[in-house]
Amino acid sequence: MDMDLITNILFAMVRTGTPLLLVALGELVCEKSGVLNLGQEGMMLMGAVIGFIAAITTGSLIFGVIMSLIVGMAMALLFGLLVIQLRANQVATGLALTIFGAGLSAYVGTDYIGQALAGFQPVLIPLLSDIPVLGKALFSQDILVYCSLGIALAIWLFFRFSRPGLVVKAIGESPHSATAVGLPVILTRWLALLFGGAMAGLGGAYLSLAYTPLWAEGMTAGRGWIALALVVFASWKVERVLLGAWLFGLASIMHLVLQGMGASISSNLLATLPYLATIIVLVLLSSNQSRSRLLAPMSLGKPYHPTG
Amino acid sequence: MNGIIKKNKDKSSEIIMPASHEPESSRSLRLESTGAVFENSRSDNHFYRIRCEGITKVYPGVVANDQVSLAIQPGEIHALLGENGAGKSTLMKILYGVTQPDSGHIWFDGQPQPLKSPAHARRLGIGMVFQHFSLFETLTVVENIALSMDKREAGSLKDLARRIEEISSHYGMPIDPHRHVHSLSTGERQRVEIIRCLVQDISLLILDEPTSVLTPQEVSSLFATLRKLAAEGCSLLFISHKLQEVKALCDRATVLRHGKIAGTCDPKTTSTEDMASMMVGSQTTLGQRYSFSSNKVEDKRLAVQGLTEAALGDFGTALQDIHFSVKPGEILGIAGVAGNGQKELIQLLSGERLATSPDFITLDDQAIGKLTPGKRRRLGMAVVPEERLGRGAVPDMSLSENGLLTGFLQNLVSRGFLRQRRIHGFANDVISNFRVKAHGNLADAKSLSGGNLQKFIIGREILQNPKLLICASPTWGVDVGAANLIHQSLIDLRDKGTAIVVLSEDLDELFQVSDRIGALCHGKLSPVKPVTETSINEVGQWMAGVFTNPESEASEQAYALPRGVEPEMEQNIQEKEFTP
Repeated sequence: MDMDLITNILFAMVRTGTPLLLVALGELVCEKSGVLNLGQEGMMLMGAVIGFIAAITTGSLIFGVIMSLIVGMAMALLFGLLVIQLRANQVATGLALTIFGAGLSAYVGTDYIGQALAGFQPVLIPLLSDIPVLGKALFSQDILVYCSLGIALAIWLFFRFSRPGLVVKAIGESPHSATAVGLPVILTRWLALLFGGAMAGLGGAYLSLAYTPLWAEGMTAGRGWIALALVVFASWKVERVLLGAWLFGLASIMHLVLQGMGASISSNLLATLPYLATIIVLVLLSSNQSRSRLLAPMSLGKPYHPTG
Repeated sequence: MNGIIKKNKDKSSEIIMPASHEPESSRSLRLESTGAVFENSRSDNHFYRIRCEGITKVYPGVVANDQVSLAIQPGEIHALLGENGAGKSTLMKILYGVTQPDSGHIWFDGQPQPLKSPAHARRLGIGMVFQHFSLFETLTVVENIALSMDKREAGSLKDLARRIEEISSHYGMPIDPHRHVHSLSTGERQRVEIIRCLVQDISLLILDEPTSVLTPQEVSSLFATLRKLAAEGCSLLFISHKLQEVKALCDRATVLRHGKIAGTCDPKTTSTEDMASMMVGSQTTLGQRYSFSSNKVEDKRLAVQGLTEAALGDFGTALQDIHFSVKPGEILGIAGVAGNGQKELIQLLSGERLATSPDFITLDDQAIGKLTPGKRRRLGMAVVPEERLGRGAVPDMSLSENGLLTGFLQNLVSRGFLRQRRIHGFANDVISNFRVKAHGNLADAKSLSGGNLQKFIIGREILQNPKLLICASPTWGVDVGAANLIHQSLIDLRDKGTAIVVLSEDLDELFQVSDRIGALCHGKLSPVKPVTETSINEVGQWMAGVFTNPESEASEQAYALPRGVEPEMEQNIQEKEFTP
């Protein structure tokens, strides 16, 4: 394998991993606060289609990104009304949100199928982009990739050093204890959820504005689900989400690479790798009760009744 | 118990006693010693730290608090007594701002204060130590404490850690601020709760049944801490079931019954019997020793031989070489603070967890260590587990269905079909025989109060006439009336020839009902002695781990006091000698 191929694989790996990273980071924050939002796929699709329409109508990619953030939050708002305010079952509501988002995005985007858009172009970072291999993989990407790295770092710092980060973790562990010490459970969960929605919208926009700048029905192709799996795979740790996103990205371009190298393995089979990896991690996590207790947010997915 | 009171009188009563019944001389002494805070009380004879009047709170179907009034002075240790469901928790939640009263007024430091939220209560200087700790296990001590404070107050974690160390050494509550809470013992967690209140300059500390999870030694050191706090002018509201502790610690007591004030008294001059009768509204015998077993047979109904099991996970306790046996018609009491292997022992005895060797546990000489719970029940074993909701009963199922869960051998099932009439009949029998207060046999288990559900669960097991009953914390969180009923039922069952193992943290209870007693500490079992040949003091020492394993009598002298037990506390405990 020559240097160029490796460079190109790494470049594609980061690009492919970025939408996963964006969505997974949002969901990580959301789950840390104890809310399980399975609607990522639906939120991504809405972000992708609205971002694309906004960008193609106004000609501004940035406006497209902003609209995708807003629509992601709007979807999260809908989810939050049901699960936080009305305490609906989070799993069922999340699934409904995915189906809703898929249908609505297909409806909204009908007229835009096949239209082309000049998406985000790579921005070379001076000096750093000249580094062999890494320069191309990490420092010759588009602006949204840099954003994803910045956000990952910010969230890592948030949980590591900030008091609000501590508050989110505490609420995810025990909302009742949190209430007892006077922490704002509902507000925190809302903010975490809205952040997750915005990130899912952004992840969708990355697909329709940068990765493949066009709109196609169901273009997320299960990435929302991979992102959800990724959060578990990373056992709710930011640094592992980053590496995992790239690893999952690599797994999903593996069939191209292998085909390029002349090996014939079914691409469908290879596409199952991320899920297989997630199942293995889930089993490892839950096989040790104390480990899962220390890693997973303990109140994850449980509706919170302030009085109960 | 008398000893603690005496000691208190000798040393510090001038400081602790509330102003209302202090002689003038000692009062001035306190004013000098505690400074400006008490200037108010000099000018106003009726200065109260907190006062509430006419507090009424109605929940659907029940009046939790009915015109309740309460007043606590600075430096006073005030007891709030009452049965379960008497409205103590509601009042406590109102005083801490968790719940809002429907009507009534609260004054704090003389100012009318509607307590809007716990955060508001804390800003005023009210701290609360919950019975179920509200700590975050995955965070460290200092992180936990930082979370309960305003950002500005908390400052940097480093400074806060230093403050925590200062407070913990000042009040004699050693704790490492950087440890994760999940690695702390129950007693240590309670310290964290208390320190969490103390870092915020509080003037009123509310403690909800703080001693229910502690060893006698830990209770003594907690009381020392609380007395020191009171001496510095902090008011304490101490909620407890244990009348003798109230007697030993508190200056005044307010007794609640059915949501109303049943009376107030000075616990030091009021007998425990009088206080108990105020609580339950009738003359109740309290702390009386029940009859001893009359059985002289030397059979072994249950024998545990060399039971050794590894700990499961970081939160489990390993059991090491446990030996004991129980005869028919005998109650064996096993004491111990939670987290020392009781949970594991109960699970192994019940079959929830299987032993690694079938011979570790035998029932009537049959090895049952590897049998599932259902098979053990068929052999005549019955179990009252520790957790009522979740293990003892399914919260969302009716009492009838919960009765069926373990009563399936009582002819309630025929060829796989449920016999509804018998199932309801069985539940009704339990409800009427054990005076369970419930809306009939179709009431959900979770709708019952803790005490009533416990009566139902114990009744359900007892009515099956088991050969062996394993019973964990039979009266935990249960009021005096229900506790007496449960104890009497256990004694009656024993007299019918059932072998009973009672695991409990409540030493008084074990001394009331057991024929023989032992204690678990760090997964090891102390020697088992007849109750008549030991004392609360000795068992308390066992609970703290001061015993030689009966199997290896290597070095009896080597066991001095456990670390952390001061000679003074030791004396307290000895004076707490049990008198039947």
